[in-house]
Amino acid sequence: MDQAVIQHPPADATHASASHAAATHGSAEGGQQHPIRLYLWIWTLLFVLSACSYMVDYFQLHGALRWTLILLFMLLKAGFIVSIFMHVAWERLALKLVILVTPLTLLVLIGLMAIEGDYTFLTRIASFVR
Amino acid sequence: MTEQASIRPQPTPVLDGPMDGPLNTPLDGFRGATADWSADKQAFPVPWGKAMMWIFLISDTFIFTCFLTSYMNVRMSTTEIWPNPSEVFALTVGGAHIPLLLIAIMTMILITSSGTMAMAVNFGYQRNRKRTAALLFTTAAFGVSFVCMQAFEWTKLIVDEGVRPWGNPMGAAQFGSSFFMITGFHGLHVTGGVIYLSVVATRVLNGFYDRKGTYETVEIAGLYWHFVDLVWVFIFALFYLW
Repeated sequence: MDQAVIQHPPADATHASASHAAATHGSAEGGQQHPIRLYLWIWTLLFVLSACSYMVDYFQLHGALRWTLILLFMLLKAGFIVSIFMHVAWERLALKLVILVTPLTLLVLIGLMAIEGDYTFLTRIASFVR
Repeated sequence: MTEQASIRPQPTPVLDGPMDGPLNTPLDGFRGATADWSADKQAFPVPWGKAMMWIFLISDTFIFTCFLTSYMNVRMSTTEIWPNPSEVFALTVGGAHIPLLLIAIMTMILITSSGTMAMAVNFGYQRNRKRTAALLFTTAAFGVSFVCMQAFEWTKLIVDEGVRPWGNPMGAAQFGSSFFMITGFHGLHVTGGVIYLSVVATRVLNGFYDRKGTYETVEIAGLYWHFVDLVWVFIFALFYLW
């Protein structure tokens, strides 16, 4: 970067402001620092939620209740890990959007493959299960 | 060059970069383009390593979702009975038959390691070298124990239960291929994470990040480790519990 500045004096102004921005957010003490109490809380919560989802299997719940509970505990755990442990809750919106909205396109894939799986099942039933 | 500079209006607009002025070599053009693309146009105000790690993790999300989606697809389309994971992964301890015991322990271990990792990031920003390194090594040790349990689980499945990628005695043949593909890929991620964390921990110990002036690398490594835990949450729910 220094070399570029020497090579192109007119770029000085823009480079100076860029490095200033870098200095503002780059300092270690400005990094993601949060009270340990919060981490311990989330940690405990994750244990409890994991135990809950294990209990779903242990008590052999079945049908819609089982699937709802499994998905509920899964999404809660994923939410806590991403927002607290991975600090997404404190990131700026620009980064949040990239992290959270991009994977939503996968719902299209999941939807299409569910339809396709259903169709394959029906054709298999129709053709070779008598 | 000096004339041009004096003609230039004083408040320099952003576009007024190194693109004007004589280009002497092709390298100058390259430097100009680099300066243009980097000058005051940073989209994400985070360390670049963090932004890159997030982009990698998003691409990894796509890979794991492809695996899990293909698993959903074959499980939906098979006309045979899907082997009951609760039974397949049950263990008999002291005469008691406990369903899914090993998997529950593995889940707890990974969550514990996520907790120690979060603490390591915290102590890193407090510049507490010894505690950060100790917590990182602890996290890596939990990772090693996870991989060992997985090796035990694979051995049990292959040797005792006769599960193969192309078939098994319990039901749908696709069970084996889905299982080995998904858990194998996750296990590789854990193994890679153990190596990654060990390198970072060693560097914490020898003061590398003090010389560098920032402990953000610990946080970035933490992102990767938490992601491995996150993927396990989905595998646990969708493969083992479903």
